[in-house]
Amino acid sequence: MVRSVLKGTPVVAATAEGISLVLEEPLSWWGGIDSASGAVIDRHHPQYRAETSGRILILPHGRGSSGGSAVLAESIRAGTGPAGLVLRAVDPILVVGLLAAAELYPGRPCPLVVVAEEYERLTGGSPTRIRTDGTVEQW
Amino acid sequence: MARPVLTADDEAMLNGERGPADAMAMRLLVGLGGATGARRMIDISSAHVDGTLYLGEASLEFATRLRDLGGRVRVPTTLNVSSLDLLHPDLFLGEDTTRQAALATMRAYVDMGGRATWTCAPYQLPERPGLGDRVAWGESNAVIFANSVLGARTPRFGDFVDIAAALTGRAPEMGLYLDENRRAGVLFDVSRIPRRARATEEFFAVLGIMVGSAAGITVPVITGLESATEDQMKVLGAAAASSGTVGLIHVVGVTPEARTLAEATAGREPSRVDVTPAALDATYSGLTSTTSGALRTVNLGTPHYSSDQIARLSRLLDGRPINDRVTFYVNTGRDVLASAIGVSDLEALGVVFVVDTCTYVTPIIRDRSGVAMTDSAKWAYYAPGNLGLDVVFGSTADCVESAVAGRVVRGSTPW
Repeated sequence: MVRSVLKGTPVVAATAEGISLVLEEPLSWWGGIDSASGAVIDRHHPQYRAETSGRILILPHGRGSSGGSAVLAESIRAGTGPAGLVLRAVDPILVVGLLAAAELYPGRPCPLVVVAEEYERLTGGSPTRIRTDGTVEQW
Repeated sequence: MARPVLTADDEAMLNGERGPADAMAMRLLVGLGGATGARRMIDISSAHVDGTLYLGEASLEFATRLRDLGGRVRVPTTLNVSSLDLLHPDLFLGEDTTRQAALATMRAYVDMGGRATWTCAPYQLPERPGLGDRVAWGESNAVIFANSVLGARTPRFGDFVDIAAALTGRAPEMGLYLDENRRAGVLFDVSRIPRRARATEEFFAVLGIMVGSAAGITVPVITGLESATEDQMKVLGAAAASSGTVGLIHVVGVTPEARTLAEATAGREPSRVDVTPAALDATYSGLTSTTSGALRTVNLGTPHYSSDQIARLSRLLDGRPINDRVTFYVNTGRDVLASAIGVSDLEALGVVFVVDTCTYVTPIIRDRSGVAMTDSAKWAYYAPGNLGLDVVFGSTADCVESAVAGRVVRGSTPW
């Protein structure tokens, strides 16, 4: 049974499924994620060493370096990227990373949904599906 | 997502009438505009491209795709650091395949008409934008300097969108282009910090980390500073853009859009953070990841050192050689290196100048067995993750004394 259904805004529209991971603080992809493995490498982040590959990542917004777009695109190319992103606020650096990846690797869509109002209802460790219309379902 | 309003020219580019590279660039810009709720597209007068650093095959494939499709910049475009020092190629210790890929990435951007500046501090070049100019800059420290110190306007653009704006001369009207997004909402009062401390670069570095962490996505304003040099503002902004998402910092009485507090906040009441010596101490300590270990390398110049900073280094070193056990790197731009005074004397004392890149983004540091020291909050923030080594943060004077002594020596903090 679906436990919760949230209507988000589909910023980069695609479908995705995976287990959710809530990042408790904003993260810079550049200097924060190792694109070869998907692991969090920012020692200042509370979830240092967390594995993000294949997860539906839930985070408030990105942070820091403008190189984050390229690291996100590279992780999608390398197959270590997240399955999808759910943010509280639009992050241009992450959006651009996904748009560039969609140009280069159209067979590997990764959606980005913004859930502003009900962000706090999203949970980690939950089977999660993102639909192209921005609906986020969690089991 | 709603699309921004496009002009006939924008539509022509999007439809491929100006070639496939402009079409690809415009798809990215319009997509970003839609995502951020931009109402229209605007002209930009210059670009600074951050995508020059080789971050894997995707960054190379994106650049070569645009180049091979016939992409050519329409506005003056400077290029950010790469992964290689082309003037001192032996410094690069990475794989040859990585070197070739990094070279190919650099070549693609030069082929598209970018200037081979290879610096993260384009504001240290002679031509730079002025108050109110709308530009498209990548590189987080350059973005914050352009917005804060120059009063130019650029959102925090990332890789890919910077070259897309350069090729088309257009950008979605979003973020810090708009007046309403430039108003400060959180105030940092530093008047409790001793005046002598407020004149040091390490104060600006530590304050920047604090501001970036605490401001979130709100524009900060700082009060209690009578003055700040461009180097101090560079240090402040680079630190804030490392720990946070900040693209603009107002400093009342110093930066051009903050002649008064009311101007910076547009009359709104900001939330307040009192900056205390204790808070600075806690942030200062957080920039150091170890208290033991042998000093093996010192790294200055993140962002790239200016001529003034190189001159200050000469005064601090005062003719003393760098200890044999320590490799002392100074990252700077090739244009600064060509014009700075005292470079050959510093080299004779053992200083290794690195241009076109930076020691925390590419394998250059020879001996990573021990501790690295830096005067850069940005370097201290990212190097442990990027390079997997331990870092001690200190003032430039601390770094110099440590490099001469061959072990970590830190004076008391000035606040």
